[in-house]
Amino acid sequence: MSFERIKEKLNILADAAKYDVSCASSGSNRANTNKGLGDATGMGICHTYTEDGRCVSLLKILLTNHCIFDCAYCVTRKSNDIKRAAFKVQEVVDLTINFYRRNYIEGLFLSSGIFKNADYTMERLVLVAKKLRLEENFNGYIHLKSIPGASDELMREAGLYADRLSVNIEIPTREGLKKLAPDKKREDFIKPMKKVKNEIIQYKSEKKIIRSTPKYAPAGQSTQMIIGASGENDYQIMTASHFFYKKFNLKRVYYSGYVPISYDSRLPQIGTEVPMLRENRLYQTDWLMRFYGFHVHEIVNETHQHLELDIDPKLAWALRNIHEFPVDVNRADKRMLARVPGLGMTSVHKILQARKFRQLNWDHLKRIGVALNRAQYFLVCSSGIFERRDLEPATIKGLILQNSASKYRLATSNQLNLFG
Amino acid sequence: MQKVLIYDETFEGFLTAVFKVYEEKLKTVQIQKNRNVQSSFFGENEEIISDKVKAERVWSGLQKKLTPLGRNQIYYSFLSEISGIENTMLAYIQQVFSSVESIEKDYANPIVLQLSKIMRSVGREKHRMEAFVRFKLTKDEIYFANIEPDFNVLPLIAKHFKSRYADQKWVIYDIKRKYGLYYNLNHVEMIVMDFPNEFDFTKTSSDFFDEEELDFHELWQNYFKSTTIESRKNRLLHVRHVPKRYWKYLSEKQPL
Ligand code: SF4
Repeated sequence: MSFERIKEKLNILADAAKYDVSCASSGSNRANTNKGLGDATGMGICHTYTEDGRCVSLLKILLTNHCIFDCAYCVTRKSNDIKRAAFKVQEVVDLTINFYRRNYIEGLFLSSGIFKNADYTMERLVLVAKKLRLEENFNGYIHLKSIPGASDELMREAGLYADRLSVNIEIPTREGLKKLAPDKKREDFIKPMKKVKNEIIQYKSEKKIIRSTPKYAPAGQSTQMIIGASGENDYQIMTASHFFYKKFNLKRVYYSGYVPISYDSRLPQIGTEVPMLRENRLYQTDWLMRFYGFHVHEIVNETHQHLELDIDPKLAWALRNIHEFPVDVNRADKRMLARVPGLGMTSVHKILQARKFRQLNWDHLKRIGVALNRAQYFLVCSSGIFERRDLEPATIKGLILQNSASKYRLATSNQLNLFG
Repeated sequence: MQKVLIYDETFEGFLTAVFKVYEEKLKTVQIQKNRNVQSSFFGENEEIISDKVKAERVWSGLQKKLTPLGRNQIYYSFLSEISGIENTMLAYIQQVFSSVESIEKDYANPIVLQLSKIMRSVGREKHRMEAFVRFKLTKDEIYFANIEPDFNVLPLIAKHFKSRYADQKWVIYDIKRKYGLYYNLNHVEMIVMDFPNEFDFTKTSSDFFDEEELDFHELWQNYFKSTTIESRKNRLLHVRHVPKRYWKYLSEKQPL
């Protein structure tokens, strides 16, 4: 291996891949049964964090940054004047194995610009995964990008070696897509996504009958949307997200604040701030919808098309629905506890456990780790004294903001424990 | 008069001491590691000899009353090595045995809460070590890593590394506690090593390591740099995830 050449390629092709924010390496169940290398049964580990605070779990690279397309929001686009490079299949295999053996990574996330055509590109991505599994006995995590427009046959094969597959929708609306990525059609994303979804269902049902049925993309599919590139509002983004979760059984939707990379007049100009706080609010909404029992339209809808930036979406919902409160900590069901601002799921579970032993009061709640500065306005407990219930929502908001300035300043990344 | 039971720093020794507390119905009692012993004017010291049978009797008694969660609250707290923790553990065990209901999830009970918090810290460091161990390939083809954790987490991470790196020999060495784990392609064993004087744990000298080792190290550093998005830089968040005290042995943080 010529390290100088590899180093150069790695710099170019890791740099070009970094805008894909997905770093998840969890959700698979590939055990090391063959005394081979690696094991992807666990939670997924962040081996380190970038200096912008994002999890580094996978070797995330492009196979090549040559591309025949010209999507305006992408650094790899054809018309961009940048250095190009391409890895050989074997080079990616060797890098992955050597990084993995040193405990740098959980596995590989391989994406690519489209060279020649969709199938030619997809074929090479699949080949990398196949070699890792069959020649190297590798049980670590593999995430392959599905190239829009790739054939069903290749997508079927991809799922046999990869843990996760993803196609990035990037632009949540049809109109936006047309404007910024004229070469791409919505159908081209949908097709591989649909294929993978159907294969997953089919393999799962076969597995019930024949135990030896191989795994097919056990960590499922995900996608990513760019935020703030095409003028879309939060209602449109979250509605699209909800649609993809439901329609294609996605495991995750990622939201990536647009990082300005060109002077194209269709896009925010270089120097425009990355909408990180907005991105964080979208992740919080996503969590509320997946783990907290909210329907997406309780949070964003025709009348509330934008998420508030100064407070989190759960608090915003609570203030709009103040008639649902206060909630009695010692009585309320799990669903309603989960809706109380300042109560994360961990606290909810602890409360449910602890209240079996005794009536809980403020002191107990504080020790359990409830963020009382927010929760106090929405709860009653056995302490008798509770917040005067007749506070106006605007007053509550003011009081909360006053007392929790630092928390909101820090809350700029999706890696944080969102509702603390 | 207060009695101080001195044990040999092993978990077995600690459980033997607990056995003694019950056997002799000791009321005012403390359990201490032998390295912390101070002669006391007020109490009477007694050395405990680890006894496998007695320890197992206590443990199996606990097993009947606790789920793995409760057992981990005890074991993880033990591994925390926090000074004086033995007495909180003893109080916890006494409550477990004296109450009819299981107490392990009574988070409003100060002792349960304390142990469960310690368990969380130790658990967090266990995960961190699983993430932050960086192997370097030695000349004799062993993947070697050294760590210096706040808590004694080696016993907790053995399983993870064994199932992950089943086809390579590896050593993880705790330089603070001066012992390590060695996986010989079959099983994991505990080892103590002597290092030559010129061995520097923060360096990758070609006297000891494979000639490609530095190259991979450099590739990894390059990769680490390339993945950062400048316009999103956030030092505070970075340091919160990767606390500075761990940087010393992280390949991506070391000068080449
Ligand atoms: S097809 Fe993919 S790599 Fe090519 S320009 Fe569009 S987004 Fe970028």
